[in-house]
Amino acid sequence: MADLEAVIGLEIHVQLATKTKMFCGCELSFGDEPNVHTCPVCLAHPGVLPTVNEQAIRYALQIAAALGCEVAPRSIFHRKNYFYPDSPKAYQISQYDIPIAGAGRLGDVRIHRAHLEEDAAKMIHVGESGRIHGSGASLVDFNRGGTPLVEIVTEPDLRGAAEAAQWARLLRETVRQLGVSDVNMEEGSLRVDANVSVRPAGSEELGTKTELKNMNSFRFLQRGVEAELERQRALVESGGKVEQETLHFDPASGSLTSLRSKEEAHDYRYFPEPDLVPVAPTEAMLQEARDSLPELPVARIGRYVEMGLAEDVALTLATDPETADFFERSAAAADGVEARTVANWVTGELAAALRQADDEVGAADSKVEPEALAALVALVGQKKISHGSGKTVLATLVAEGGDPTAIVEREGLAQISDSGELEGIVAAAIAANPAAAEQIKAGNGKAIGAIVGAVMKETKGRADGGEVNRLIREQLGG
Amino acid sequence: MAGMLELTALAAHEAIAAGDLDAAEYAEAWAAAAAGDELGVYLWRSGDGGGEAIAVEQPSTAPIAVKDIFCTEGVPTTAASRILEGYRPPYTATAVRRLLEAGAPILGKTNMDEFAMGSSNENSAYGPVLNPWDRGRVPGGSSGGSAAAVAGGLAPWAIGTDTGGSIRQPAALCGIVGLKPTYGAISRYGMIAFASSLDQCGPLTRTVADAALLLGILQGRDPCDSTSVGLERAPQLPTREDLSGLRFAVPAELAQDGVEAGVREVFEATLAKIEALGGEIAEVPLPHAEHGISAYYVIAPAEASSNLARYDGVRYGMREPADDLVTMYETTRAEGFGPEVKRRIMLGTYALSSGYYDAYYGRAQQVRTKIAADYEAAFGEFDFVVTPTSPSVAFGLGEKTDDPLAMYLNDFFTVPMSLAGIPAISIPAGLAQPDGGGPELPVGFQIAAPAFAEQDLLEAAHALERAIDFEAVAGPHRPWNGGGGAGG
Repeated sequence: MADLEAVIGLEIHVQLATKTKMFCGCELSFGDEPNVHTCPVCLAHPGVLPTVNEQAIRYALQIAAALGCEVAPRSIFHRKNYFYPDSPKAYQISQYDIPIAGAGRLGDVRIHRAHLEEDAAKMIHVGESGRIHGSGASLVDFNRGGTPLVEIVTEPDLRGAAEAAQWARLLRETVRQLGVSDVNMEEGSLRVDANVSVRPAGSEELGTKTELKNMNSFRFLQRGVEAELERQRALVESGGKVEQETLHFDPASGSLTSLRSKEEAHDYRYFPEPDLVPVAPTEAMLQEARDSLPELPVARIGRYVEMGLAEDVALTLATDPETADFFERSAAAADGVEARTVANWVTGELAAALRQADDEVGAADSKVEPEALAALVALVGQKKISHGSGKTVLATLVAEGGDPTAIVEREGLAQISDSGELEGIVAAAIAANPAAAEQIKAGNGKAIGAIVGAVMKETKGRADGGEVNRLIREQLGG
Repeated sequence: MAGMLELTALAAHEAIAAGDLDAAEYAEAWAAAAAGDELGVYLWRSGDGGGEAIAVEQPSTAPIAVKDIFCTEGVPTTAASRILEGYRPPYTATAVRRLLEAGAPILGKTNMDEFAMGSSNENSAYGPVLNPWDRGRVPGGSSGGSAAAVAGGLAPWAIGTDTGGSIRQPAALCGIVGLKPTYGAISRYGMIAFASSLDQCGPLTRTVADAALLLGILQGRDPCDSTSVGLERAPQLPTREDLSGLRFAVPAELAQDGVEAGVREVFEATLAKIEALGGEIAEVPLPHAEHGISAYYVIAPAEASSNLARYDGVRYGMREPADDLVTMYETTRAEGFGPEVKRRIMLGTYALSSGYYDAYYGRAQQVRTKIAADYEAAFGEFDFVVTPTSPSVAFGLGEKTDDPLAMYLNDFFTVPMSLAGIPAISIPAGLAQPDGGGPELPVGFQIAAPAFAEQDLLEAAHALERAIDFEAVAGPHRPWNGGGGAGG
């Protein structure tokens, strides 16, 4: 049997960070007392009517622009009918056959569509499991009911669990940088469902898919998809068939349980929502959405890789635009130093120094000026100070800011450039460590560390490591 | 002022403005009249208390009866259904708020067919409304309470809602004026939904001028209703006295239908009056109008099945307690809804079901588009389309309750305008005996106009109303004049 290829598509629900709900004026907030943000409209009293939140439309248009989606000139809302206490109208207002955003792309993954809808209320099932089964009572908190959502649906373009999680991270970062959502998976402002199937490698047909729900972190997304792929592969390889169903992922046990089969699928009796008129964005609104876009992660990564940065460094910077901007200012100020080296300092030494200072300040908000970092990287590059001294200067910059050249001067960190002086110090260090010297002579290269250490101690790190190594080997006749 | 209850609402309004009539005293006189309700008109009256949130401190126009489908803060609002028993809304419908802002005290909430589903007012969970012309007969529906209140001298004017004829048909059967404005002219916010794409609020009044005055108060765009647009120009009081130069179309298909002989006679006589006023009459084909009832009884129940799904016993209204959620839903809805409402919920649920949607809901919407196109074509040549409002005069209580289809055919002439979204008015045109004999009863004449042509419609209806002079035809019999019908 041919290898089984994974075919994965994602459905991502993004809660929009508007001030008010999708169809009424109630405030949106997370973590307040239950049922304080409600009104006749979101409690579905008799006679109420929905009105569309204009800001939600604008945010959806920004998402559409970021994903390069076609925007429908007139998108419409439908009613999705079902009885459940989390849905006070007994229908959800959602876009169905004409969504606000059509085909688009993010990175290597095609977007099928993105549509606007309202979130359901929150059900709290009283009991140990927290799930409805086995619960004696359920409570409803309508605060969340009616929160604006954009649901983004991808084409089944992902080929592995890790790839799916990685792409979902990229999407989250993209949406986060638009400023249209908190994208917090734990709080549920970003929710990812996965459609998973397998097929013989090279096949163009799609296998029967299952839908995975409740993966509230990227790690769980990866684990859930991995578990489901493993299950499907084993099933197919043993001659079985995958049944279409919806599965609930339990992060504690890593297991998947069936929520409902195809036969149990609801008939939602969709029909156009007669209480709302079509959403017809003006050209000005579309332009405003396009103009509002910052440089998005995908574009940044591409540009940085072209500048010579390693891909992982480019990705790290692209997910932190403020630090990325810091890097760019620093790289522009750095004379005769490669952007790649500056980037390594920003994401490596500087990030470590800031972490050590432990006050959760990013590069952009730190006392380190981008120009100062550029100067420091240049000093190290030109071997005016050693790499070790460079870190010492950086710690000082993080603590008090200032000019690296002045700090080098003040602290006497300038590299020993007089080779006669350094030769003498090396000779003294060899004399003081006869055992190590013997081992080096015997061919044990590792022993050199003791003598290098002694030299560095004597010079307070002002010696160039490479030069010290060379001199030791020279003097020991190596 | 002596005989103040005989004033039209407009006359009272003007007398109040001129300082000739004490608005509070006038309102009290009406409240006293409403207190004497023997027709089953009122489900709540201001005298019953609890109306603080909708009280009008300084009345400045005539008090009004409001169909119990409009939410009124703190005041029982049931849509004549058991399922909303005890419900007191936390807010007030926009249409009612406009009345309050215009200084119109609310006299009471009027009986109706449950959730506006019906043409006889016999589908109320709180008992039928009796026709003031003959208490053995129905007032029509679903705004039967509002129509009977005005005809029976229990309110100077009233508001109702019309989904497929629910203002026009009871107005016709009670011998008053009923106007269904263009869809979108008046806000639906706070009006309990039956079929959202068809529901429209409108006036039930003694005269066309009263209807114009009331329409002016009610109409306007409302930010709470995305489908409301209001009228381009505020309606003016109609003054037209002739119909010269105006072209009236009579649907060619009319001849085939089961219209009572007496109704047909009054209709023909009214056409003659139009011609006498200088209007032109011609037949026009409206080939799809005959499918109106079929399309309507798919679309309206489909929307209703969704609109009424919220009555689940969880948040307000009646609840039949049960051990689990689904049983609670089922028993609450089984106990709370009446048979006609259940019938339409089932019809609508079926029509929207996967696999049936295209054949029913989808097809009905196509028919609706065709009907609208028929009217648009007709209005390219004609100013108005006219028909009898109802194929019969008021029928007996219980006469059609066992035959839903016969009941649905009452809406034959009124449903197409609802589907097309255009305005239509019913004015009393004369009296006629029902087929098979009996007392003479009012016959309504319906005039339909292009969307948002309310002013033209009111002008023409006013001119025709003067020529008909229903007051003279029926004056002695008019219930509000104390003449009374067989039972009055």
